Amino acid sequence: MKSLTHGLIGLALAVVLVLGFGCGKKVETPAEKTSIDIKGSDTMVNLMSALAESYMKSHPGKNIAVTGGGSGTGVAALLNGTTDICASSRSLQDKERDLAKQKQITPQELVIGMDGLAVMVNPQNPIDTLTMDQIKQIFVGQATDWSQVGGKSGPIVVHSRESNSGTYVYFKEHVLQKADFTPQARLMTSTASLVQELATNVAGIGYGGEAYGKGGNVKMLYVKKDANSPAYPPREDLVRSQQYPIARPLFLYVNGQQSGLISDFLNFCTSPEGQKIVREVGYVPMKG
Amino acid sequence: MALAPQYLKARIIRYIFQMSALTSVLIVALIFLFLGRESLPFVLRHGLSELFGGMWNPVSFENEQFGIIPLITGSVLVTLLATAIAVPFGVIGAVYIAEVARPAEREIWKPVIELLAGIPSVVLGFFGLVVVAPIVKATFGLSSGLNALTGALMLALMAIPTIITISEDAIRNVPTSFKEASMSLGASRLQTIWKVTVPAALSGIVAAVMLGVGRVVGETMVVMMVTGNAALITFSPFESVRTMTATVAAEMGEVPFGSDHYHALFVVGVALLLMTFGLNMIAQKVLKKYRIG
Repeated sequence: MKSLTHGLIGLALAVVLVLGFGCGKKVETPAEKTSIDIKGSDTMVNLMSALAESYMKSHPGKNIAVTGGGSGTGVAALLNGTTDICASSRSLQDKERDLAKQKQITPQELVIGMDGLAVMVNPQNPIDTLTMDQIKQIFVGQATDWSQVGGKSGPIVVHSRESNSGTYVYFKEHVLQKADFTPQARLMTSTASLVQELATNVAGIGYGGEAYGKGGNVKMLYVKKDANSPAYPPREDLVRSQQYPIARPLFLYVNGQQSGLISDFLNFCTSPEGQKIVREVGYVPMKG
Repeated sequence: MALAPQYLKARIIRYIFQMSALTSVLIVALIFLFLGRESLPFVLRHGLSELFGGMWNPVSFENEQFGIIPLITGSVLVTLLATAIAVPFGVIGAVYIAEVARPAEREIWKPVIELLAGIPSVVLGFFGLVVVAPIVKATFGLSSGLNALTGALMLALMAIPTIITISEDAIRNVPTSFKEASMSLGASRLQTIWKVTVPAALSGIVAAVMLGVGRVVGETMVVMMVTGNAALITFSPFESVRTMTATVAAEMGEVPFGSDHYHALFVVGVALLLMTFGLNMIAQKVLKKYRIG
């Protein structure tokens, strides 16, 4: 009896130890690599899958697996050595760069396209144009009524993405200038549900990839950099030239200098063929 | 010293049985250990006072805040509302099916209710987002339908089948002699139901309600889709709330491994576990108190 109890305690300890310290590192030989993992941004999942499919078609025997989860998930995976390529719709944060240094990982950055973030409202909302400052005031909660930004009077209902989204971090950093969203903001789990909600809520405002706005029943606003500059819609040429003020690059990150399959795939992404796919999926390629 | 073969065999079989019985105990213990190990670093680094703050703002360039009070009030508010909606519907429905409905009717009701229990929560969530939220918004003249009430309505829909199915069993198991005695004393059918049958089945009904509430507390997908997820401390059903489950589900995927935010999410997990644990304890107490005989 006693020995059984001891055995069980031993087993429990063993499981705890494995859970606690068994962060297995992948052992790989780059030269023989026939498959790569891409993990990261949900915004980029469709894009990366399309690129991977096209690459695998022209390179039989090679295998590329793409998973989403959010830019943060991808970066965490890169730092933990559980993915080969991290797709991210934001650049690495200082905290993550420090962590990478600790783990002796040197992230290399590659831009494969641009994404225009549209500010969206219900089609019945009379507002067509907002300045960057007005957008900031709305999303941090300083402007709470549409009449404060030139609309019909009525409360503004702010919609944002969840904090696990790269879009959320980008918007906070570049539009809110690192200020916090109003605590009243509804946090939506996906851009699709955000667009869905805006389509039925006259009081709502939200943001998301311009490709989502095109498909949904919402109005994408013209945005002015400041009160005196011209207003631009989220259109391809204006996103690439960054005249439209809320545009962001789409990044791929790898650990250190790569050779073989990984570098070949990275070259494919920036090739004319790869850039054609970037456009087909709804993003803006690096060259017109 | 060799044992007789039959003793050895009995002993081995005994161990196998013991192992199976111990497995779930072991797993519970391991989960407690794991949660403790992952949440402790946060408490050690920041102390408990940080957790009792009124703001949950884990991703911030200015000031990261990990107050879990809004998440707790969010979960409590949604759970209370959902229970308040589900219990009358569930119990009255169970009484109807067990005592009033004709057998042919019962044959239709039961499978339909079980079908309701089988709807995946993500489907209910989408239904809530597209259909129920606009109705709630229009009915109460609100600026947004993504609020605690919409969440509670959807959760009630998930709890009602559990409550009906188990309460109905409890009510049908009340001995016929109870009812016959009541009837022969001159009580009407309705009096018999509410004064005799339901009280006699109360322990089963309480168990049913507790199971339903348990499902509501732990439910994630539906509340994440329809409550708006704004971490406000509020007791108004028309405000947006952020529950503990939705917080863990929405943020765990992104969080940098080993960061404050990561450990804070495990603290939320511990709080959730303590809450369901407390709920179970109360349920056990209530069950003992009302058990007949």
